[in-house]
Formats: sequence, structure tokens, C-alpha cells
Amino acid sequence: MAFAAFTAADVVVRTPRKKSPVALLLLLPGVLYLVLFFLAPLVSLFFTALQVPHLDGDIGQYDYGFNWANYTDVIRMYLPHILRSFGYAIIATVIALLFSYPLAYLIGVKARSRPMLQGLMLVLVIAPFFISFLLRTLAWKQILADESLIITSLKALSLLAPDAHFTGTPAAVIFGLAYNFIPFMTLPLYTSLERLDLRYLEAGSDLYANPFTVFRKITVPLSMPGIIAGTLLTFIPAAGDYVNASKDFLGAPDTQMIGNVIETNFLVLQNYPAAAALSIILMAVILIIVGVYVKRLGTEDLL
Amino acid sequence: MFTRQFADGGADLELQGISKRFLGFTAIEELDLVVPAGSFFALLGPSGCGKTTTLRLVAGLEEPTSGRVLIGGKDITSTKAYQRPVNTVFQSYALFPHMSVLQNVEFGLRRRSVPDPLAKAREALRLVELEQLAERKPQQLSGGQQQRVALARAIVNRPALLLLDEPLGALDLKLRRQMQLELKSIQLDVGLTFLHVTHDQEEAMVMADTVAVMNKGRIEQMGAPNELYELPRTVFVANFLGQSNLFTGPVVSSTDTALTLDVQGFRITVPISRTQRQRGEITVGVRPEKLSLHTEAPDLGSDSNTLGEGRIVDVSFSGVSTQYLVNIPALGNLLVFAQNLGFGPVAGVGAEVWVSWQVGHGFGLADDPSPAARFAADDSTAAIAIAELEES
Repeated sequence: MAFAAFTAADVVVRTPRKKSPVALLLLLPGVLYLVLFFLAPLVSLFFTALQVPHLDGDIGQYDYGFNWANYTDVIRMYLPHILRSFGYAIIATVIALLFSYPLAYLIGVKARSRPMLQGLMLVLVIAPFFISFLLRTLAWKQILADESLIITSLKALSLLAPDAHFTGTPAAVIFGLAYNFIPFMTLPLYTSLERLDLRYLEAGSDLYANPFTVFRKITVPLSMPGIIAGTLLTFIPAAGDYVNASKDFLGAPDTQMIGNVIETNFLVLQNYPAAAALSIILMAVILIIVGVYVKRLGTEDLL
Repeated sequence: MFTRQFADGGADLELQGISKRFLGFTAIEELDLVVPAGSFFALLGPSGCGKTTTLRLVAGLEEPTSGRVLIGGKDITSTKAYQRPVNTVFQSYALFPHMSVLQNVEFGLRRRSVPDPLAKAREALRLVELEQLAERKPQQLSGGQQQRVALARAIVNRPALLLLDEPLGALDLKLRRQMQLELKSIQLDVGLTFLHVTHDQEEAMVMADTVAVMNKGRIEQMGAPNELYELPRTVFVANFLGQSNLFTGPVVSSTDTALTLDVQGFRITVPISRTQRQRGEITVGVRPEKLSLHTEAPDLGSDSNTLGEGRIVDVSFSGVSTQYLVNIPALGNLLVFAQNLGFGPVAGVGAEVWVSWQVGHGFGLADDPSPAARFAADDSTAAIAIAELEES
């Protein structure tokens, strides 16, 4: 009797803290990593953003303080860059989606009966990753330069004005962003579409839906997890990208995005508080946009 | 134009010389079929016989290699699936997982801009007694409920023709029986033409007015279930629709009304009116439940066939009846079903028995069984074990 009471008590005590030391041990590296390389820099970034210039100090010397005006200053100064960043990123995401969806559909649905072809096409989508994206972007700069075959041909065909440029324009930056992030869009879309049960499409056409309606009402909603994953994987890095928009690559001074401004402030102007404030603004805006986007599509259970 | 409105009732379905060839094999060979309006028609056959392909051709999900499909007298061969006045209850149900039950049912109505889709969808759900689950997602329903949603989603459109692709296959036996009766009563209620594809011969016989037995892309025999069962025309039908004891031998004598065969020394008589062929080597059969077992040699006169003596090699008790496997030297195994009028089997394994049946119950077939086809439809382990014993 007493024995039974003992074991029962023991069980009651034990069940609430089910965490075994092994589980904690397994979590440790990950937690340590996050604290060291995510949480600590984030806190440091937050305080850097509030620093004040050192009195009579050199350029790049700052003291800790609570200078909230850093935020209003950078917003006043760099609002066009901030807006441009999100504008470019949204347009590039839409272009990447429009390009990737048919591609992913071709690989994931149409090529389903031919696994060899499917594998080959997937390799082709991933293949650009084997070359550094800096090199690839530089290559595009060459390909799209004023004296390149493409641009001279377009000019010869009067599709482009004789004095027009392509590199250095917003179009070139958006092109570069879309190009660089297409694999990130295609792969999640592919995984979604690869699992798409074609019997639903047959059922749709059996219920009087024409091919366009079947696509709109069945294919798109069922591939929504892929669309959300792909657009987020494209939009988030694209908004913070500083390579494509840089004047050394496809951009020009007037196509600078928020990433370029942060880079310049950190590395050239050594205005650390401004760079940190911009970084936090970038992060916050992305969080808000992504939050609203995911909420609007109502797909917590899909993510 | 008929896609815009409800069909007034069922419509005739007519297949004319339909063939369907896939790469490397022929699924359907020159199929002609008429399903009259308002009937419950079953296509019955083993897997791979072309029955599902036939259904998909009617639905417009496949295109025939040759031939024409007519619904209500209109040639719809070249129209797309979404233009046809046909709805399908799919084997897998294919309920849209991202929509609620109600949205699923409304889907077809909205596509055709039918007025007041919501009320009609609710009405259809009421018919299948699922009104209270309208807001659920399909994956929250049980198999039987999903099947009923699939049915509601199809019949709410009042198609001229409803196609059922083994919709009861995934259900357990009890639910299947219940759904069979429900489907049948819904069909009578709404008066649509039902084309039901199944490999379950019992389901086909219970539900359909007319059953067509399909084999290797052709229809072997078509008719009312009891006609098919009592008078099968081919070995395939005799074995696929129920079970049969078959005997092959030369006709040795005939009168105006009956033929007599010599089968390994045994005399078997069948009425001429129930035979397909009257000369030479023919195959005759009799259903297992028409056979009587006798524990001593019976003297029954000329209106019965008697075979014996034999030995019971297997007895299986199935509740309402007992199944005996009787081995008669030179003839092989005979299957006998006996109703359990008393308690339990009347004879045990090893007992010496005679088998008899009335001459009028026999039937003569148009073809001969291939050597292995004797009990092809009987895939019970006992039959397989005995077949293997005989081979070795």
C-alpha cells in the first residue's frame, strides 16, 4: 500500500519535468550558437544604433548613449533608399515567381513520368550555385554592358535608344535580383507541385471548371505552401541585398538599396550608429511585411 | 448549352465502336454499349479489364483512339471533361482538401453559375445526411462520410449521367452494404442514370439493374443480375460472377429438349434451351448452391444428374452456409454450398458422398475453360492449396 503511494507520488513529480539531460545536451550547441552569433550581435546592434558621436573625437569614435534621433536622421536621409529596396525586392519577387512557377510546374508535374528528365532539369536549376554569385553577377554586367552583343543588337533594332544604357538602371538591378534568387523560388515551388495530386485537377475538370479555373481554384491553393516559402526566401534576402544594386555590379549611385547604404555607412563613412539603425529598420520592416503576408494568406498550418 | 442547366432526368449513354490503345497495349477493343436513361448500370470486371478506362472515356478524362461517345443522342467525343453533362464519384473521392465540405459541394454549381448554389449544396448535404458537417474540412471526416460528400458533390449538379468509379472500395464491409442501399435509393429518388464500375460482383448484383461483365477490353455478357448469374454464357462469366462447377466432354446423345455429355464416364444432362453450343465437345456448368450432397448413392431418376462417389476434402463454415469441396476421382474437385438448415456441417472431411442437381439448373457455355481456369474465381487459400497439390 505504502509502496503504491510512493510510486504514484514519484510519477506525479516526474511527469511535469520530462526534459531529460540528454535532450538539453543535444540542444546546447544550437542554443549556444544562437546566443553567440545571433542574440549577442543583435543586442550589440541595438545599442550601437543609439550611440552618440565622441566629443572632439575622430571619425568613427562613438560613445554609448540613448540617441533615438539616429533613427529619425537615417529615415529622413535614406527614405528613398528604404522605399527603393522594398520596391525592387517586391518587383523582383513577383518576376521570379512568374518565371519559376511554370518552370516548377514543368519539372514537378509535367515531367513526373520521366524521372531522368526531372532530375536533369533540377540539376540545371541548381547548377548556377556551383559558381559564386558575385562572378555570375559580374558576368551579367559584361553581357549587358553598353558595347555587348545584346545591347548593340537591341540598339540596331531600335528597341533601345542609341544613347540608352541597361547596366546601372533600376531594371538591371531588378533583373539581377530576380535572376539570383530564382533557384530559391523554384525549389520550394517544385517540392509543392511535385506532391500535387493530379486527381484533384481531374475532379475539378469533372465539376465543370475550365483549365484556367482549375489552375486558379485548385492548383494555386494547393501549391500555396511552396508559393509562400519561395516568395519569402526570395523577398527577404533581396530586400537586404547590396551586391546587385552596387555600382560595381549592375547598379549605379541612384539605384542604391538599403544594403548599399548600410555597407557605405559601416565601411566607408564609419557612421556605425546610422548603419545599425538602418539594419534594425530593415529587419523590422521585413518582419512586419512577412507577418502581414503570412497572416493574409492564412496559412499557419501550411508553413 | 446543356452545361448551363440541370438535366431534367437521366440521359442515354451510348458508346459506339470505342477503342482505346495505350503505348504497348489495348485497354478497350471495339466496345459498343448502350446505357438507357434512368438505369443503374454496372460495369463489372477484374482489375485491368478496361472498365475504369471506359469510365474515364465517358467522363472526358481520356480520349478514345477511335469510336464515338454519345450522351442523350449528342456526340460529345470531342468535348472536354468540363463541358460534359457528366459527374464522377472518384475511387479516391478526390475531395479538395483546401475547401470545406460545403465549398466542395458548391464547386460545380458555382462553375456553371447556377442560381442559389448555397441552398442547393445544403440540400444535397441533407440528402446524404451530412448537413451538420458542412463547415468541416474533408480530412476531418471518416471514410464513409467522405464518400457521401463525394456523392453529394456529384449529384448536386444533377448530371445527365453519374459515373461511380469503385466508390465503395475503401469502406469496410458493413458500411459498404449500407452505402450500397443508400446509393440505390438515391438513384431511385433523383432518377439519374448511374454508370457504376466495380470489381465486386456482389456489389454489382445488389445495386445494378443491368450488369455488363467486362474482360480484356470487351464485354463478355450483359443483362439483369439474375439472368447473368443463372445463365452465364462464357467460362469467364461463370467463374467471375459467382462460382461454378464446370465439366467438359463430348455430346453423346440428344433429345428435343436435352443434351447428354460424357464426362470421364459420367453422364451429365443439360436442357438444350440453356446451352450455347449443341455439338462436339462442350462445357457445361452448375452453380455450387444448386448441388445437393448425399451420404449414400441416391436414386433420383432422369431429371437429375448424379455424380459420385467422392470424398469431402474441405469443409468451410461461413454462417449462413457451409462450403464443401468434394473430390470425385477423374472429375476433380466440386464446390457445394449447403444452407445451414440444421446445426453445423452435415458431413465432415473424408466422408464419402454423392452429389446431385436438377437437370434444369445446368447451363452450357460458349467456350471451353483453359486448363487453369477451373476455379480461377475462387482465390480462397483452400482452393489454391488444392490446385497446387494437383499440379505436383
